[in-house]
Order: sequence, then C-alpha cells, then structure tokens
Amino acid sequence: MATAAHQAQAPTPSQTFFASLYEVASGERVRTCLQCGMCSGVCPFGYLMDFPPSRIITALRADVFEEVLATDTVWMCVSCYACTEVCPADIPVTAGLMTRAKEELLLAGNVPTELQGALENSQRYGNPQGESPRKRADWATGVEPAVTVLGRDKRPVDVLWFVGDYPSYHPRVQLTTKALARVLNALGIDFGILGPEENSDGDTQRLAGERGLFEMLAEKNGRVFGKYQFNEIITTDPHAYNALKNEYPALGISYPVRHYTQFLADQLDQLQPLLKQEVNATVTYHDPCYLGRANGVFDEPRALLEAIPGVKLVEMSHNHATSLCCGGGGGGMWLDGFQWEKAHARLSEWRVNEAVAAGANILATACPYEPPRFEDAIKTVKEAGVLVVKDIAELLAEAL
Amino acid sequence: MNIVVPVKLVPDLVEELTVDASGSALDTAWLRLIINEFDDHAIEQAILLKEQSGGQVVVVSPNAEGVEDMLFTASAKGADQLIKLNGDFEDGVNNHGLARALATLLRDLQPDLILTGVQAHNDLDGSLGPLLAQYLEMPYVGYVSGVTADSGKVVARKEYPGGLIAEMEVTLPAVLGIQAAEQPPRYVAISKVRQAMKTAAIDEQEAATLDPSGGPTVSRMYQPEATEQATMISGSEDEIAARIIDIFKESGVL
Repeated sequence: MATAAHQAQAPTPSQTFFASLYEVASGERVRTCLQCGMCSGVCPFGYLMDFPPSRIITALRADVFEEVLATDTVWMCVSCYACTEVCPADIPVTAGLMTRAKEELLLAGNVPTELQGALENSQRYGNPQGESPRKRADWATGVEPAVTVLGRDKRPVDVLWFVGDYPSYHPRVQLTTKALARVLNALGIDFGILGPEENSDGDTQRLAGERGLFEMLAEKNGRVFGKYQFNEIITTDPHAYNALKNEYPALGISYPVRHYTQFLADQLDQLQPLLKQEVNATVTYHDPCYLGRANGVFDEPRALLEAIPGVKLVEMSHNHATSLCCGGGGGGMWLDGFQWEKAHARLSEWRVNEAVAAGANILATACPYEPPRFEDAIKTVKEAGVLVVKDIAELLAEAL
Repeated sequence: MNIVVPVKLVPDLVEELTVDASGSALDTAWLRLIINEFDDHAIEQAILLKEQSGGQVVVVSPNAEGVEDMLFTASAKGADQLIKLNGDFEDGVNNHGLARALATLLRDLQPDLILTGVQAHNDLDGSLGPLLAQYLEMPYVGYVSGVTADSGKVVARKEYPGGLIAEMEVTLPAVLGIQAAEQPPRYVAISKVRQAMKTAAIDEQEAATLDPSGGPTVSRMYQPEATEQATMISGSEDEIAARIIDIFKESGVL
C-alpha cells in the first residue's frame, strides 16, 4: 500500500512508463507476466538486445526503467508480433510494451540517424523515402485502361485502392503495383486511387515510436477519404491494412477495408476462370507479419496461389503464425545499417535459406517491403541459386 | 551567451525547378521551401553550445511559406526565442538585401555569437555570413564544424581542404559560418513540435525597405544546355601536348 510520503514523491520513470501501458488495450496484463522468457526467446533479435521484452518487464518491476532508456538495442525490434503470439499471459508485447518503449526512446532523443531521416521525410513529404508527393501516381503512367485518380477524375468509385509508399515509389515494387492494376482491370473492378493526395499510412512510423507522426498522417488521409465517394478500401500493404482496420477507427476514421489478397480471394469464382496461363513452379508463401500473425489472414493468399494453374505450393519450416519477419517492420526498413552493425545478420537471408530448403523456386509475398528485401538477400545467399521473388499479384497477372 | 541564428528557407530540390515566364527567376507556383541544410546545422550547433555552456538561442528567419513550422521545430529542439522578419521577400531577396535587413535587427538583439549556415544553394551573391559580419563590423570564420565556448571568446574548428582542421580562437561578438554541427541535427517528435506550437510565441518584426545593392542582376536563368564542343585528341603524349599548345595559340591564349 502506498504511504502518504510515497505519494508525495515524483513518480519514477518506471512508474510513469508502467502507468502509460494501462492506456494501451489490455496493457494492464503486463502485471501478469510470468517471466517465462518466451517473448525474448522467440524474438529474432532478442539474443542481442540488452533488454528484450521480458527483461524490460523485469526492469520495470525493479524500478530501473531508466536503464532501458539508456540503451539503443530496443531499435532492433521489428514489431513482428512473434513475442505477442507466444505470450502465455496474452500481454500486448508488440503493440504495448515494445512500441511504448520506442516512443520513450524517441522522446528522449535516442533515435538512430537512419530512422530519423525516414521520419523527417514522412512528416515533410508524406512518404518515408523523401519522394515528391506530386509523383505519387507516376507509376500509373502508361497503365491501360488509365487508372482513375479521384482528385483529377472527380467521379465516385466502388473501390478506393490505398496504394501505399513502396508500391507507389519503389522501382521494384512498382512492378507489383502495375500487376495488381492489371488483375483489378481484368476483373472489371471499378477502382480509383488518391495519387498525390495519398499520404503514408503511418503504421510503421507508429511502431517505430512516432505516434504523433502517425496521427498527423492518419488525419491527413482521413481528410482526403472524406472528400470522395467509394464503398470500400483495399490496400497493397499489410501495414496500411493494419492501420486502417485497427488504428484509424480510434481517430474517427472508419471505413470497410480489406487487403488485396482478401479482396481477390473473395472473388475467386470470377478470377479463377481468367487464370489460363500455367505458372509451372514450386511456390512457397511468406506470411507477412501484419497480414498473418497481427491480423489472422493466412488462407486467402494461399487460396489465390493454389488457383494459379501449375503452381505447387510448399510450406517453409516457419509458416502461418510462426512465420519469420523479413526484417522490415517496426522501422527495420529504415534501420538496415544500424541492425547490420549490431547483428551482422539479416532476417531476410534467414528466410531465403528457408525457402531454398523447402525446395521452392518462387518465394511468394504479399507485402511491398518484401520483394526488395528478399531479392537483396538472394544476392548474398550462396545457395539461393535461381530462387525468384514474386508478389502474389505478379503471379496472378502472369497467369492471366 | 546570447546566440542568434539567422536562417532562411530555400527551394526544396525534391520538386523539379522550372524557370518562370520572365526567364530570369524560378517559377514559384510549385516551389516547396525547406530550411537551408547548413542553417539546420547552425541551429543544432547553437543548441549544443547552449546545452554545454548555458545562454540562450534566438532563431531569426525572413517570412516565407512554412516559416512558422520551421521556427516551432527549432523551439521544440531548444531555441528560446523565435523571430519572423516580415518584409518584401515574396519576389525573392538577394543576400546583400537580406544581410542589411538582418543587421538592423541583430544590432538590437546584441548577440555574443551569430551562427549561420556557411552557404545555401540559392546564394547568387555570396553567402550570408560574411555580408552580415561586414555590416555588423564583426569578425567572421566560415566552414566551421565545431565550436567550444570560452569566456569572452569561442574556439571554432574550421575545415580546410585535404582533411585539415584549424582551431581558431575568435573574440566575441563574432559571426561563424557553420559547415556542420558537432552532431547531426537532432530529431524531435511531432508531439513535441505540436506542443511548441501551443506554447512558443513567434515575435514578428518589420524589416526596413530592402536594399539589394551590391548583388548581381540575373539576366537569364536556364537549365544546363548540352553542347557538342568537345574534341577528343588522340596520339602519343607528346603529340597530344603539341596539339594542345597549337589550340591555345590558335585561340589566342598563348
């Protein structure tokens, strides 16, 4: 029981942090931590963190959270939900503990310079790469039939396609964006994009500890959504899907949203007859963290792959809820140098090795972070041989 | 120590630049502005000095689109006072005009130290620092990448080509042109910038009529033009040297 004298003292960093966890959904469950250490054991980078999740909780209980704030290894967290998945006490380790810890580090100015650039770009240009917002729809140049840009073409659409940062700007990922446009057109979907008015969904910035930036980006997107007429939103990016489904509603921005794999799987009856070209390949599917573990979407991407004639689907040793992160989440996309310096290992290389071991010649993905990350990994994994990385949208487009 | 940091916003090169109908200036219709990168380092260096040796930091900027956000960000980083200089800046002002306008204001602020970016990519008439130092009759050291305060003076580390650095003792008051702060400009969380927007005040001051004299007049502004005037000379070293001498003679430079 707290004494009067105890109450008069200013709260310690541990007490303040602990109290802030109560504001996160189910955050109070941190009190029920068994200290079993499964979170730290399953964490792909837990072995080199000064304070992996279970030790952060230990530090809080020992009232020495300031020691956590003094280290920078929390930035190794890729927000992959592996810890949350295995926690027997159902503690929101990723959404609560780790994200709040990063927020505290960020407020204290303990931010790796690499990450800083992505955050500044997101604030200034609405995308982490620092590209011109005016060029956000440039990928659609030459796509036939022409892609509807809502602000330009001024007509209501059935489906608003939230394209996302990497699908809009990254030269490799633009190929998957164009492929998805082809599939949507083949199905006769009435869709449109926001183009220059679209901002980063902000989810990865949020998971990298920049809550204020996330809210700013969400508010900008919310205002733009409000200007146009559409029935639902689809996203290329699982992170955008996660933000729109789970985070935007709390900010008063609420629309029906599906990831494109869910949207297409729901139309498989129409899509299947269009898939006429054989894709003779052994394909393994990498469950993106924010589609699989975080949101439980495991079957739809596999259903799409199995609908492609000639595809033989095999599983890697880590699959479904035990899938391995590509290393890009939670700010990892913008911490490659920092993480390499600490780990001298890349999660994407680990995953590519698993795809090879599974006997696959195509590594299929459904998240825009992955093609560039896995293709880079293939260059450095000797055994990768002829392994090819394809987004599911690309495989579907090839089969049309 | 009273540190004043004059900064300016410059065209953001993320957007492609175009020349306006007059053919002698940038088209401002699509122009985005961003803090001059070296000025951002000057702000960081000023805040580092304040953190190390105390004092206060005043950030001054001529009015332009986005100047409030930039000033509030400086406040969130640790600047104590924000000043927006209003004046006829819309059509652009050269550094001679800007330096004269700033000098009037800076005299009243009685700074011990003025830190400003060593250069900006839109400096057409020399950089701001030396002009300020001239009008304020203060010493100037440019290409500075680190400053330490000492009583009544500072030690500035000035970069030279070839990886050389000189430590220079500078008597105050003085103007330093900052090449790089001792550490990269810090990140401030958006929540802190939003907080600064609620709590910090921007002091607005009026600039006197701008006097741009001394600067150049732009007669034509254009994209680099490709030409085909290069001639490749082949042969032995002696033959090539002889041919080059002939060319110099033919063109009258020898």
